[in-house]
Amino acid sequence: MASQARQRRSAPQAPPAQDAAGERDGQLRAFYRDMVLIRRFEERAARAYTDALVGGYCHLNLGEEAAVVGLMSALRPTDYLFTNYREHGYALLRGIDPNRVMAELYGRVDGVSKGWGGSMHMFDMTHRLLGGYGIVGGQLPLATGAALAIDYRGGDDVVLCTLGDGTAAIGAFHESLNIAALWNLPVVFVIINNGLGMGTTVAHSSAEPDLYKRGAAYRMASARVDGFDPVAVREAAVKAVEAARGGRPYLLEVVTERLRGHSVVDPAKYRTADEVERLKHEDPIQIFGSKLTADGVLDADAIAAIEAEVAGVVTAAADFAARSPHPEVATLFDYTYATPVPNDSRRLPGQPLFEPLPFPAGTAATSAGVSA
Amino acid sequence: MTIMTYRQALHDTLRAEMLRDERVFLMGEEIGVFEGSYKITAGLLKEFGDKRVRDTPIAEEGFAGAAIGAAMLGLRPVIEMMTINFSMLALDQIINHAAKIYGMFGGQARVPLVIRTPGGGGQQLGATHSQNIELFYAFVPGMKVVAPSTPADAKALLLAAIRDDDPVLFLENLGLYNTKGDVPDADAPAEIGRASVTRPGNDLTLIGYSRMAHVASEVAASLAASDGLDIEVVDLRSLRPLDRATLVESVKKTHAAVVLEDDWLTYGIGAEVAASISDGAFDYLDAPVRRVAMAEVPMPYAKPLETAALPSRDDVIGAIRQTLAAVGRRAPRPAAANGVAQ
Ligand SMILES: Cc1ncc(C[n+]2csc(CCOP(=O)(O)OP(=O)(O)O)c2C)c(N)n1
Ligand SMILES: [Mg+2]
Repeated sequence: MASQARQRRSAPQAPPAQDAAGERDGQLRAFYRDMVLIRRFEERAARAYTDALVGGYCHLNLGEEAAVVGLMSALRPTDYLFTNYREHGYALLRGIDPNRVMAELYGRVDGVSKGWGGSMHMFDMTHRLLGGYGIVGGQLPLATGAALAIDYRGGDDVVLCTLGDGTAAIGAFHESLNIAALWNLPVVFVIINNGLGMGTTVAHSSAEPDLYKRGAAYRMASARVDGFDPVAVREAAVKAVEAARGGRPYLLEVVTERLRGHSVVDPAKYRTADEVERLKHEDPIQIFGSKLTADGVLDADAIAAIEAEVAGVVTAAADFAARSPHPEVATLFDYTYATPVPNDSRRLPGQPLFEPLPFPAGTAATSAGVSA
Repeated sequence: MTIMTYRQALHDTLRAEMLRDERVFLMGEEIGVFEGSYKITAGLLKEFGDKRVRDTPIAEEGFAGAAIGAAMLGLRPVIEMMTINFSMLALDQIINHAAKIYGMFGGQARVPLVIRTPGGGGQQLGATHSQNIELFYAFVPGMKVVAPSTPADAKALLLAAIRDDDPVLFLENLGLYNTKGDVPDADAPAEIGRASVTRPGNDLTLIGYSRMAHVASEVAASLAASDGLDIEVVDLRSLRPLDRATLVESVKKTHAAVVLEDDWLTYGIGAEVAASISDGAFDYLDAPVRRVAMAEVPMPYAKPLETAALPSRDDVIGAIRQTLAAVGRRAPRPAAANGVAQ
C-alpha cells in the first residue's frame, strides 16, 4: 500500500465564508470533540478487551474518526444507517448513549443490543442505527431493501450504508448497487477505504483499485474524498445524501487509514516497516487539531478541555458497563421468535426432550410390558 | 509418533501434500500474507509462492466456484472458508455445483475439492459467527463430510480428503486447534465413511464428533475414575457417509446411547444418529436414545447466556446418569397385579 497510491488527500478546502465563521468554528470544534470521543472510547474498549471484560472480536475505528464524524453529520436523525462490525464510532455519533455502547461491549443488559450482539452487532431503532453486521457484505442487500421500503412508502429519508474496501469484492456489492441504481433507490453506499481488509491490500483484492469508479458499472454517480478531513467528508456526504434523497443512489469512497490491526488482537505483522513508520505521522486527529489550531479555532486550553470532558464520558461509560448486570440465563429463549409459536424448544443442553416416564411406587413392569 | 497440536497436524499435512502433488494448491481469504485467520497456513505462502497459496478477495461464492472449476480440470484445490458461517455465501456453488457435477454429467467430470473450515461456538462471537451447520453439507448426496476430533485424525482424514475425487467438507473446530495428541509419522490416510470406537466399554455408548467427540472421551474417562462406569465412546469422524454399522453394533452391546452434538437438536446430526440406532438396534435398547445439543437459539453474545446455550460436561454427565437410571428401571421386575400405567 504505497502512500502515493492511496490518493487520500483532496484539494485544500476553501476558507469559511466570513459571515458564517462563528457558527462554522463551533461546528469545527464539535467535529474535533467527536473525533476525540471516538478515539478515547476505542482506546478504552481495547483496554477492556485486554482486561477480558470484552469478548469475541473487537474492531476499532482508530484512524477513521474523521470519516465517521463527517459522514454522520450529513444525516438527519430520521435517516438510516447500515454498517459493519467496525461500528462503535458510528453508534456514538448516531447519538446513542456511550454508556449503552460500552455496556454492549461488556455483554450487559443495558447494552444497545441488550448484550445479545456484542461489538459487531450494535442496533438501535430509535437512533436508526440498523445494525452492525459481522458477515462481510451482509448489510448491503439489507440497506438496499430499506431504501426500497422508503421509496415504496414515499418518504424522503435516506439510507447510508458503509462497507470496507475489501467488501467491495463480494457478490452482494454488485447485486445491491445494480438493484439500487436500476430502481432509483434512496441509498448512499460509502466505501470506507482504509487500505486493508484484514491483511489484504486493495491492490490485491480489487482489479479496479479506484473503488469509486465501480459506480460507472451501474451508471451511479460516485466520488472519492479525503477521509482525514471531516469537513471534506461532510461536504461529499451531503452531496451524496442529497442525490439519494432525490432518488439517485450514490457511491462515495472515503480514503482513510486503519491505524492498528484488523481487530484488537491482530499485531498486523504483515505491515512493512516503512508503512508502520509512515502511519506514525498519519493521525487524523492530530492533523485536524493542528489545522484548527493554526486557523485559530482551537488552542491548547480548548484541546485540554475537550480531552478532560471526553475522558469523563469514557470513564463513566466503562463504570456504567461494569455495573450493568449480566443477562439472566432465564432470558435465553426470549428472542428466538417474535411471534410465539407452539412447540418452540426451550430446552437447555442437558435437559431431556421428554421427562423420563414415571414408574409408580408399588407397581413394576415385566420386561415385556415396558419394552415397547 | 510425534506429539503435536491439531493446528500443527493440519499445517504439516497440507505442506506434505503440496510437496507430494503439484496439483494440490490452496485458496482462501487471508491464508497467505496474513497466514490464515487461525494460522493453519502459516509459512506456506513463503515456501510455495502465490501460485499455490492464493489470497482471494472476500468472495466466498467466487473462489469456491473457481476452485470447483479448477478441480473439474484436474487440479486438487484445498480451500479455506474462514469459518463455516461464511461458507453459506458459497452454498450455491458447493451444493448446486460441486456436489452435483459428477452425477449430473454422468460421471464425466470429477470434483476433487477439499473445503476446510472451522465450526465452533463458545468464543463470544455472537449469532452469526458461532454456528455449527455441517448438517447442511452432510444432508447432500454427492458431498462427503469429515470431522476429525484429534490431531491424528486431523492428519489421516486430511490426507484422505485431499486424495479423494469428490468434494469433501473438512470440518475443523475453533476449540480443538490447540489440543494436543500423538500423530503417527506414517503417510496413512484414514478411510472416509468410517466411525471409530475410541474407547471400548459395556455400560453405554457415548457418540460424538469434532469437539463433542473430544468431550465424550474426557467424560468417559472421568466417569470411569469417579463411578467405575464402563462407557464406550464412538467418534463418528465421517458425517457423510455415516457409519451406521459401527453405531448399531456398539448399541447392541451396551443397550443404551447418548449422542453429543454442538449443533441444534431439531433435525440435527444427532437426530439422524438416534433414528439410525432405532432402526438398527431397536430391540436392544433399554432406554430412549438421549441427545445433548446446543440450545435452539441464535447464539447470544453475553457470556452467561452463551455458556448456558452450549452443551457442557455436566450436561453430558447428567444425560448419561439419567439414561442409565432409565436402563435400571427397565430391568425385569416381579409383575404387579395392576400392571404398568403407561
Ligand atoms: C462473508 C464473510 N467472509 C469473511 C469474513 C471475515 N472478515 C471479517 S472482516 C474481513 C475484512 C473486511 O475488510 P474491509 O471490507 O476492508 O473492512 P475493514 O475491516 O477494513 O473495515 C474479513 C475477511 C466475514 N466476516 N464474512
Ligand atoms: Mg478495509
